[in-house]
Amino acid sequence: MSKNTVSARFRRVDVDEYDENKFVDEEDGGENQLGPDEAEVDSLIRQGNLTEALHAVLKNPPINTKNQNVKDRAEGLVLKVLSAFKSSDIEKGVQSLDKNGVDLLMKYIYKGFERPSENSSAVLLQWHEKALAAGGVGSIVRVLTARKTV
Amino acid sequence: MAYHSFLLEPISCHAWNKDRSQIALCPNNHEVHIYKKDGTKWTKIHELKEHNGQVTGIDWATDSNRIVTCGADRNAYVWTLKEGTWKPTLVILRINRAARCVKWSPKENKFAVGSGSRLISICYFEQENDWWVCKHIKKPIRSTILSLDWHPNNVLLAAGSCDFKCRVFSAYIKEVEEKPGPTPWGSKMPFGELLFESGGSEAAAQTSAGGGGGWVHSVCFSHSGNRLAWTSHDSTVSVAEGGKTGILSSETLPLLCVTFITENSLVAAGHDCYPVLFVYDGAKGGLTARERFQNLDRRASESQSTDKDPETLHKNSISQISVLEGGRNQCTKFCTTGMDGGMGVWDVKTLESAMKNLKIV
Repeated sequence: MSKNTVSARFRRVDVDEYDENKFVDEEDGGENQLGPDEAEVDSLIRQGNLTEALHAVLKNPPINTKNQNVKDRAEGLVLKVLSAFKSSDIEKGVQSLDKNGVDLLMKYIYKGFERPSENSSAVLLQWHEKALAAGGVGSIVRVLTARKTV
Repeated sequence: MAYHSFLLEPISCHAWNKDRSQIALCPNNHEVHIYKKDGTKWTKIHELKEHNGQVTGIDWATDSNRIVTCGADRNAYVWTLKEGTWKPTLVILRINRAARCVKWSPKENKFAVGSGSRLISICYFEQENDWWVCKHIKKPIRSTILSLDWHPNNVLLAAGSCDFKCRVFSAYIKEVEEKPGPTPWGSKMPFGELLFESGGSEAAAQTSAGGGGGWVHSVCFSHSGNRLAWTSHDSTVSVAEGGKTGILSSETLPLLCVTFITENSLVAAGHDCYPVLFVYDGAKGGLTARERFQNLDRRASESQSTDKDPETLHKNSISQISVLEGGRNQCTKFCTTGMDGGMGVWDVKTLESAMKNLKIV
């Protein structure tokens, strides 16, 4: 028997990495994406201007960055804004967004579903209902097919 | 609106003959069946059995009356009618994965086959050896080619792929044609040249929160060849013209097929089981990309109600749409086939009058 069979390290080689046909997504240079401005959003929430806060928190989505902290911070901030809304105001909040905004909101909502906390799912479900009415199933399809997401 | 239920199985693909009296379709198996119109009835007149795998694409060359079929068995056959039966000729595609789609060129002197081998085979007939020869377009395709459409100049070919891109290639074969003149897509067109690729930086700036889009299910040139439309699995429809791309995010489920019915209007259909009309406004020359996005309008056009489920003509996803009469600039009738095994024939004038305020521009 040859020496090779002594070590089983070869079983840990990820052969897919060496496949010359491997599909690699385009790099889009997301190093500069910092996510929404925390200070701005916080001040708008404190002022009670929730619609503005919603618009502010949906700016600069950290889509292309690989930095998980930035993404987590953004998601936390979005959740803060969404929870601050009164149930009756959610629909108006969604109406104030344009098509891209609704798609982005849907992405954050599903991201929020991934890691539920105390009350988050209830709030997110209310937002999901209104966003679905505005964006249709197409917006959910775009959440599912997006290669780079928040 | 006429609807004929051919089968219980999905219709994988279909093609019409010149006078629209016969339709060739694949009933989700290894064969191609040709039905002939008999008043309001359809009778099966031919069964083409040669493929060893599901037939994934059929195209009927209307002027020369030849049918080309391609299948999951990695083969393509060109069928010619001899003494009342269709006789196949094998075409060596040199692919090692299933063929997915096939299209005759406008002059019918060559055809293109898209496959899972991540390449497009352009096949033409070599007189001296009396057989079909093929050339490959490989770069920079990264995944399966799902759909193909020829430009009216017989040289340019649009291809939609699973690598999320829609591209325009040159399929110029010097053995069968003259050098083409310049077009808005480019002027230098050696074989295999890439003239357009979707998802460039400009398009990325327009799309919402980025994302790479989805598989490009269907591509279609307009009648003039200056506009290219494609549908993608992320529920979007896009139209490219002169370096600019307009993208519309649809609220429907993904659309699987699209065709132009005038230079400005497109009809697309897909998993929502009904065709949808889109209007493209590219009039103002100096339009910014943003404005074009806003000018992309959508009005739903179905025969019955707007309810999704039982009220649509088709009861399952529509997978293919073809123009029956009027060509892509003045279409008066188009046909849809789908997973419910049925074929719907849609009359544009009837649709126009049935929907209030609908004017097909």
